[in-house]
Amino acid sequence: MRFLLTEDQRALRDGARELLARRFDRAALRAAVDRPGVLDRALWRELGAAGFFALRLPEADGGVGLGLPEAVLVFEEAGRRLLPGPLVATHLAAGHVPGAAEGETVVAAADGGGLVEWLAQADVVRGDVDGAVPLRSVDPLTPLHAVPARGTADPAAVLLTAAEQLGTATRACELAVQHARAREQFGRPIGAFQAVKHLCAELLVRVETARAAVYAAAVTADPADIAAARLLADDAAVRGARDCLQVHGGMGFTWEADVHLLLKRAWVRTRRAGGGTESEELLAADLLAGADR
Amino acid sequence: MDLSDSPEDAEFRARLREWLGKVLPTLPPKPSPDDWPGRRAYDLGWQRALHDAGYADVHWQAPPGVRLIFLEETEKAGAPYVGAGFVGLLHAGPTIAAEGTPEQRARWLPPILRGEEVWCQGFSEPDAGSDLAALRTRAWRDGDAYVVSGSKIWTSHAEVADWCELLVRTDPDAPKHRGISWLAMPMDAPGVTVRPLRTLAGSAEFAEVFLDEVRVPVGNRVGAENDGWRVTMVTLSFERGTAFVGEVVACRRVLGELAHRARRTGRWDDPVLRRRLGSLNAEFRALWRLTQWNVSAAEAAHGGVPGVGGSVFKLRYSQARQELYDAAAEVLGDAALDADRTWTADRLSSLSYTIAAGTSQIQRDIVAERILGLPKGR
Ligand SMILES: Cc1cc2nc3c(=O)[nH]c(=O)nc-3n(C[C@H](O)[C@H](O)[C@H](O)COP(=O)(O)OP(=O)(O)OC[C@H]3O[C@@H](n4cnc5c(N)ncnc54)[C@H](O)[C@@H]3O)c2cc1C
Repeated sequence: MRFLLTEDQRALRDGARELLARRFDRAALRAAVDRPGVLDRALWRELGAAGFFALRLPEADGGVGLGLPEAVLVFEEAGRRLLPGPLVATHLAAGHVPGAAEGETVVAAADGGGLVEWLAQADVVRGDVDGAVPLRSVDPLTPLHAVPARGTADPAAVLLTAAEQLGTATRACELAVQHARAREQFGRPIGAFQAVKHLCAELLVRVETARAAVYAAAVTADPADIAAARLLADDAAVRGARDCLQVHGGMGFTWEADVHLLLKRAWVRTRRAGGGTESEELLAADLLAGADR
Repeated sequence: MDLSDSPEDAEFRARLREWLGKVLPTLPPKPSPDDWPGRRAYDLGWQRALHDAGYADVHWQAPPGVRLIFLEETEKAGAPYVGAGFVGLLHAGPTIAAEGTPEQRARWLPPILRGEEVWCQGFSEPDAGSDLAALRTRAWRDGDAYVVSGSKIWTSHAEVADWCELLVRTDPDAPKHRGISWLAMPMDAPGVTVRPLRTLAGSAEFAEVFLDEVRVPVGNRVGAENDGWRVTMVTLSFERGTAFVGEVVACRRVLGELAHRARRTGRWDDPVLRRRLGSLNAEFRALWRLTQWNVSAAEAAHGGVPGVGGSVFKLRYSQARQELYDAAAEVLGDAALDADRTWTADRLSSLSYTIAAGTSQIQRDIVAERILGLPKGR
């Protein structure tokens, strides 16, 4: 057992981080907020060229031939940057839908939950979306349609969603700490006050626990591990964004600060691919799976 | 990211399983919780058995991955806990291994490993708990000995201990973190008085220790004179970093038992309770993964001395353990108020986890200041 990133995995993560920092920086994020519902097709193709969607396709089929652990690292980076678009659906469509692997085709999916993201903008929609009704989405970066919930979610979709939540949680922690160091009140940085310090510490504790759960689930691909990863990552992202908002004070409640974007995206993802209740039930059933005691 | 056993790990696991299968049925019955001499004998007997089978040093000399396999397998098989061996095996021993001289290692480590000597921890004082560096127990030099006077409190296992890892103030004029030394004090030395304290669970788990001009040889000092705070940080990093990790496996077993009990009694039909147990399953799975992550990182970066990641683990684990026993009370209903139940005793003891070895508030300060780099100050 050596439960750490390998050198290759670190290089992959750093590469994804650099690409996204370059192609989807804060200015791009805010520009996207100002043009809701518009997907940057050029960026989508670049992601395709970088192997974002074809990451887990065998090399023989033109893919990168990597596994879930690597996919999780890349999706974590996407979550950290709040990269918009049906990333999970398109990734899962690679090898099944022509053009998905290359980022030429944008794929949306009904995945067992009651919402479909980016339905109107997608070139291809997987799953049954009969009766879809548009919502005015709370997240300016994720257009939503309501659909009757049917079927169960793909565990890979659950895990990759958890990875995105982990990235967003990490970002919330970084933003909170940055602000706590810089903002002064009563003549010193607010991060010197224990009440603020402890909010930041709890942010990190949730991130680190979620990280261990998400990475482990990527290695084992065990449905109960994946369900656990989802619960921990949802909690880290949602509560993390909320605590980050608290640390930002009044500034955190403005449209200008990015905090609300973190929180709203985290909320949307908690409803994706089933949802937390389903994961809790799965984990409850798992407790009874052993021999009778 | 690798969670699988290497061929050597797999072989270690298989041999350990086989040995546990043979030895566990031959163990004497567990003594009652209040029978301290009995508990001491039982816990040391188990350590002796481990020693004779070649597993004695698994807690601090084996590669961390091997240690996790050991914890996993012994707990799953229902083997005894370290018990009275806690301090010696999980933090005094590892501290002496890391900081002691060759003579000190030769004197103290083998008896710990052979299950012959019990250690306790004399750090806290009535006026120095969270503010440990405020300790006042004095030690002054008299020839080749320190003469120690003062008192310690909440000293777990003091009644049955042979040795105490003792923090003393050797320079009263230095700034408070600077004038401290780390001594190994024999508990049978003249001038040592142990007065048991009753815990809220009703047992005499810990004690007050009064020190009246106790002579401790200078050669029993680990680390340099007045450099005891640094040594203490090593001890605490073991205590917070790795001493509790095995218990996560035990919590997972308890959770499984709870679920089965809930099903037998019909409580399982309550979706709120069911989902609460489901989310605790997520919590303890994650804590086990965090353990594996921390242990791998410590092995890679610090040569086995755990980093501040231990504070992250302790914060989350101490909370989760309390939530587990609150959920247990929910499953048990009225029986949760029966003091004779082991569940009740375990629920009571879980209350100490957010206090002992540094309170949650202190751990949050550590995480914020040492990992996140936030400024010091209150
Ligand atoms: C079961 C058990 C076993 C123990 N075993 C041992 C042992 O074997 N050896 C040993 O040496 N000690 C032992 N201890 C003592 C333990 O380490 C201390 O109780 C602990 O460090 C807290 O110190 P205190 O009790 O003095 O509480 P205090 O320091 O008085 O704290 C009281 C409250 O104030 C808070 N507080 C204090 N300072 C701050 C601050 N700076 N910021 C925010 N909040 C603060 C604390 O978090 C706590 O909530 C044991 C304790 C328990 C419960």
